[in-house]
Amino acid sequence: MSGDVILRATGVTKRFGGDGFLTRSPVVQAVDDVSLEVRRGETFAIVGESGCGKSTLARLLMRLLEPTAGQVIFDGEDISHAAGPELTRLRRDMQFIFQDPFSSLNPRMTVGKLIGEPLEVHRPELSTGERRAKVGDLLRTVGLSDEHANRYPHEFSGGQRQRIGIARALASGPKLVIGDEPVSALDVSIQAQVINLLGDLSRDLGLTLVIIAHDLGVIRHMSDRVAVMYLGRIVETGTAAEVFDRPRHPYTQALLASIPAPRPEGEERAAHLLGEMPSPTAPPPGCRFHTRCPFARPECRTAIPELASADPGEDHRVACYYWRDIASPDGAARAVPRSEPAEARFALYRAAIEGGQVVHKPAGSAPAAPPAT
Amino acid sequence: MSSDHCPPSERPAGTAPADILRLTDFKLRFRGQSVATVNGVSLTVSAGEILCIVGESGCGKSVTAMSVMGLLPKGTSDVLSGDLSFMGKTYDLRRQNLPPHLRGNQIAMIFQEPMTSLNPAFSVGDQIAESVLQHQGGTRAEAMQRARDLLVKVGISAPDQRLKEYPYQLSGGMRQRVMIAIALANDPKLLIADEPTTALDVTIQAQILDLIDELRRDTGMGTMMITHDLGVVAEIADNVAVMYGGEIVEYGPVREIFANPQHPYTIGLMSAMPRLDRPGGRLAIVPGSVPAIENMPSGCRFRTRCAFANERCTERPLPKAAGSGHHATCHFAPLEDHIRVQA
Ligand SMILES: Nc1ncnc2c1ncn2[C@@H]1O[C@H](COP(=O)(O)OP(=O)(O)OP(=O)(O)O)[C@@H](O)[C@H]1O
Ligand SMILES: Nc1ncnc2c1ncn2[C@@H]1O[C@H](COP(=O)(O)OP(=O)(O)OP(=O)(O)O)[C@@H](O)[C@H]1O
Ligand code: SF4
Ligand SMILES: [Mg+2]
Ligand SMILES: [Mg+2]
Repeated sequence: MSGDVILRATGVTKRFGGDGFLTRSPVVQAVDDVSLEVRRGETFAIVGESGCGKSTLARLLMRLLEPTAGQVIFDGEDISHAAGPELTRLRRDMQFIFQDPFSSLNPRMTVGKLIGEPLEVHRPELSTGERRAKVGDLLRTVGLSDEHANRYPHEFSGGQRQRIGIARALASGPKLVIGDEPVSALDVSIQAQVINLLGDLSRDLGLTLVIIAHDLGVIRHMSDRVAVMYLGRIVETGTAAEVFDRPRHPYTQALLASIPAPRPEGEERAAHLLGEMPSPTAPPPGCRFHTRCPFARPECRTAIPELASADPGEDHRVACYYWRDIASPDGAARAVPRSEPAEARFALYRAAIEGGQVVHKPAGSAPAAPPAT
Repeated sequence: MSSDHCPPSERPAGTAPADILRLTDFKLRFRGQSVATVNGVSLTVSAGEILCIVGESGCGKSVTAMSVMGLLPKGTSDVLSGDLSFMGKTYDLRRQNLPPHLRGNQIAMIFQEPMTSLNPAFSVGDQIAESVLQHQGGTRAEAMQRARDLLVKVGISAPDQRLKEYPYQLSGGMRQRVMIAIALANDPKLLIADEPTTALDVTIQAQILDLIDELRRDTGMGTMMITHDLGVVAEIADNVAVMYGGEIVEYGPVREIFANPQHPYTIGLMSAMPRLDRPGGRLAIVPGSVPAIENMPSGCRFRTRCAFANERCTERPLPKAAGSGHHATCHFAPLEDHIRVQA
């Protein structure tokens, strides 16, 4: 990963509503004064509770929405208000993967046509034959095959449809791909296939990925750097390792503590974050988290804390007045320790999945008693 | 356990006197299909126990739960076999369902999307009170008082105000709490929860799981919880049933399932799950996807996706004991005794 910044947001803000003529709808502060940098080739994740503004931020970064205030710079150019041919070029360089592989593909188009369409728009110079060949390439890139081009979306499983969505996003040869919950609708077994695919693409094609997900395990697995959002603002950002292993913001700490995990025998359940996120139509003054924060003091209720360096030089930033006083919990994730034979089983499983040759021992060679547990 | 093959109905845990629910060899086929969607499921829930049923989409979790409740639409399916015992009384599901009066009373159910099970036209208070009146009688004022107490019990603040509100005025987490309040209105013996937290944020999910855990402690209610999230299973289950293609492929105490999984599908699911403590790299996947019911293979239903399958797997494997109350349905469990993998 190079330190080269491909996408930069500065003070980006988005407000919805408030513009009705007679019945003014309440103003929603969906995104409020967000600044962030995405580096070329990295996988950057945005995480936070439902309604905190993740999708809105993603749409602002892609210029699918215009910011109320602030700037988005993509590859050195201010795209905040891009229009016309500039926007077409932008659509080629930045692509979107949607959450729902079922509704995001036109059911009446063949897979070949679905993937060919962005090629027609962005690569008009290709002949029909070249385009067909390119569609084949793309299908193989995402682990499908050429023959799939003549089939319709309903003939595919959820994971395959998501692969088609990814092939479609890759067709224009984008530099950056934003995925809004790209694996959330998939079962674990299928989700793993798509996560591996996205990892391969980022490595092999040098693609920059911005991933929105609410599954913290997925984020931890996939991303290099993370931004944690709460009520429209970034409250903590840093490398995935820093944020997950040494969370500084009380909200990040609470979020991580909420991840379901085994409870060691006899141990009490940890206290969980109480209450719910307030409505973004009436965000609390001061630190937006103060209404749920166990560490809040009077200062927290008046002025908004800045996102400031938590560990100078380490690129870890936090928006909390008192992070220095708040112990960072031991980030060690809880897991049930596996028995030794079980470890051997997992190793066998992985070896077999990764192409090893499975040999069945002759019957009778197995020990009679089940393994001690 | 001495015998190698141990049918679930003979598990010691299944004979405990405190069994609330026991389902034995339940098989169900939808009309117009030639293959059974649920193919011989046996499970038990005892007092205070949380049994989690986990498995991927379409494996028959909801169909099983709906059948226990007698809620599957009539005339769409045939029960091929299955005995259901509830509080000591046994019903042959081929001929009869649970008596309807038990539903919403001794057995309560909550669903993934509470909005579809709450009536948008009635206030929260009216809906809870209605359930109380229907099963317990008494006056409207008493029922309303009970509704208020229940809201407090499920952790809803400002209960007097909430009683008057309508479902659309509540957040998803709040609606799920109201659903739980309704479910608890008549002190059920058994709670069936079908993906109760799937639509919720982790923070709210944690609160709801805390609530269910606390309630079963206080009331001794048994819980059958359906989920596809192994994290939720690890956190809350006492026992786990792992389902694949309409069958339980592995069943056992939660720590056993995680510390000593036996079935290739269980191992695959756990390998495919991104882990906080082992980030990066490639996940070991479960290849392919679940076949459509008509293409379900004979023998072991997992064999079209299983890396260890051979001709023996065309024969249906029997449950094999792996420890106390723990069994798995695979010819080659435990793998290390039967399989080598060459690079
Ligand atoms: N077009 C719009 N008009 C009015 N309000 C909107 C609009 N789009 C989003 N909002 C509001 O802005 C807030 C942030 O929404 P957003 O969709 O960005 O959240 P999110 O973090 O993506 O949530 P989720 O995890 O549920 O997808 C929400 O309160 C939402 O209702
Ligand atoms: N009325 C019906 N007629 C025919 N098939 C049905 C019917 N209802 C459900 N099925 C099928 O039965 C199978 C099991 O469905 P079920 O809803 O129990 O799955 P599930 O495990 O709950 O999945 P999910 O995690 O998606 O909720 C599915 O293949 C489904 O398509
Ligand atoms: S019985 Fe065969 S196909 Fe089924 S899980 Fe075991 S090895 Fe795999
Ligand atoms: Mg969103
Ligand atoms: Mg279901």
